[in-house]
Amino acid sequence: MPALPLGESGKYVAAAYCVFLALILIYVAIMATKLARIERDLGELNELAERRAAAASDEEEDEPEPVAR
Amino acid sequence: MFGRGLKTLSCVTVVLIVGAFALVFFYAPNDADQGFIQKIFYLHVPLAIVALCGFVAGGIYGILYLRSGDRMHDLRSYVAIHLSLILAVATLISGSIWARASWGHWWVWDEPTLVSFLIVFLLYACYQPLRFSIEDPQTQARYAAVFSIVAGAFVPLNFMAVRMAQSVAHPRVLTSTTAMPGSMFLTFMLSIVAMACLYVTLWKYELASKHASMQLRQLRRKLAGEDDGWTPRARRSAAPQL
Amino acid sequence: MRRAVVALVRKDLRLEARTRESVPAMVLFSLGTFVLFHFALDAQTVAGNLAAGVLWVTLLLAAVLGINRLFVAEREEGGFDGFLLAPVDRTAMFVAKASVLFAFLVLLEVVAVAAFAILLLERPPWHALPGLALLLALADLGIAVVGTLVGALAIQTRARDLIVPLLAIPLSVPLVIAGARGSAPLLAAAGAGALEGRWLLILGLYDLVFGLLAYAIFDFLLEE
Repeated sequence: MPALPLGESGKYVAAAYCVFLALILIYVAIMATKLARIERDLGELNELAERRAAAASDEEEDEPEPVAR
Repeated sequence: MFGRGLKTLSCVTVVLIVGAFALVFFYAPNDADQGFIQKIFYLHVPLAIVALCGFVAGGIYGILYLRSGDRMHDLRSYVAIHLSLILAVATLISGSIWARASWGHWWVWDEPTLVSFLIVFLLYACYQPLRFSIEDPQTQARYAAVFSIVAGAFVPLNFMAVRMAQSVAHPRVLTSTTAMPGSMFLTFMLSIVAMACLYVTLWKYELASKHASMQLRQLRRKLAGEDDGWTPRARRSAAPQL
Repeated sequence: MRRAVVALVRKDLRLEARTRESVPAMVLFSLGTFVLFHFALDAQTVAGNLAAGVLWVTLLLAAVLGINRLFVAEREEGGFDGFLLAPVDRTAMFVAKASVLFAFLVLLEVVAVAAFAILLLERPPWHALPGLALLLALADLGIAVVGTLVGALAIQTRARDLIVPLLAIPLSVPLVIAGARGSAPLLAAAGAGALEGRWLLILGLYDLVFGLLAYAIFDFLLEE
C-alpha cells in the first residue's frame, strides 16, 4: 500500500525527487534554447543560399549585355 | 548519426523511470530503521552509480580519442563528463537532503559516498574552464582527453581512500545494501537500470544537438565565402569544435 | 633516455641553484603558514590529528607553489620547442621534471618539518621521524607525479596560475588522507604511536597508478 505521510519525512523525500525533476527540466530548457538557435541559424543560411542563387541567376541575365554593346 | 535510435531509447527510458518510481512508492516496503525517508535511497544511489560510470566512460572516450584522433570521441567524452557533472550535483543535493532528514545535519562527513562525490565534483568542475581557456581546438581536445583520463583513474582511487579514512567508530549511516529484502532489491536494480537509460538517452540527445551545431557552423563557413554583409558569429565555447 | 633525463635534471637543478626561485619561496611560504596557523588556531602547540593536519596542508599548498613554477622556464624561453626537436623520448621530460619536483619537495620538507617541530610541536619528534620520513617520501612521489602532469596541463592554458591549484588540490586528497591519518599517531602528545601499514599501502598504490598513467599519457601533452 502506498505510504504517503505528507507530514515530516514525506517533505524531504518529495524535495529530493523534485530536485531531480527540476534538474532534468532545466536541462531540457537549455537544450530547447540551443535548438531554437540552430533553427534560427539554419534559417539565415537558407536565406544566404537563396540570395546566392538569386545573384547567380542575375549574373546570367546580365552577361549577354556587354557583348551586345 | 547520433540521433538514430533516440526515439526508441527515450520511450524505453520513460517506461523504465515511471516503472521504477511506481515500484519505489507502491511496491517497496518501508525500511525498518529509517522509515519513509529511505525512499531517497532509490534516487540517490542510482544517481551516484551512473555518475561514476559516466566519469569513467568520459575517461575511456578520452583514451579512444588520443589513440584515433577522431573528434567524435572527444565530443562523446565531453558530453559524458558534462552530464555526469549534472548527475553529481544531483547526487550531492539528494544526499544532503537525505542527511538532513535522517540526521538533522545538511552534511555528514561520515558518509564516504557523499564526501568522495564532493571531491570528484571539485575536480571535474575544472573540466570546462580548462577547455575554455585553451584556444586552439586540437590542443583543447588533446588536453581535455588527458584530463578526462587522469580524472577517470582518480575516481576509484579516491573512493578507496575516502572509505579507508572512515574511522571505525562511525559506521556508514545512510546506505544500506546489505540484507535487503527481495522487493527492495528489485526496486533498487530497476532504479539503477532506469537511471542508466536516462543517462544514455540524455547523452545521445546532447550529442545529436552538439553535432548538429557543429555541422551548422561548418556549413556556414562553407557558404560564407565572399559574402560581404555577413560576419561569422564568433562565440567562444568550451565545447569541442570541428 | 637516461642521458636526456640526467641532462634535463642537471639543467633544472643548476637553474634553481643559480636563481634560487622556487625552493626558498616554498620554504618561506611554509613558515608563514605555520605562523598563520598558530594565530588561527590560537594554540601554543599542536599534537596528534591537529598537528598532522597543519603539517600536511601546509606542505601541499607549498608544493602547489612549486608546481606553478615547474614549466615556466620551458614555456617562456622556448624550451619545449628545443626539446621536441631533440631525438629523445618525450617521456624523458616527464621523468626529469617529476624528479626535480621531488627533489624540491624533499628540500622543502627538511626545512619545513624542522621549523614545524620548533614552532608548533611540544617536544622534538625524534621517534616519529622514520615513520614520518617514509610517509613524506611516498607522498612526495605522488605529488611529484601528479604535479608534473597538472603543471604540463596548465602551462598551455591562459589561466595557468588558477588551474594548477584547482586541479592539484582534489587530486591530492588521497595523499593528504593517507599522510595525515598516518602521521597523526606519530605526532601524538603522549609520544609517538605506531604507523599503520594501510596508509603506506594507499600511498604506494596511488604512486603506482598515477606513475604508470602519467608515463603513458605525458607524450600527448607535448605534441604540437
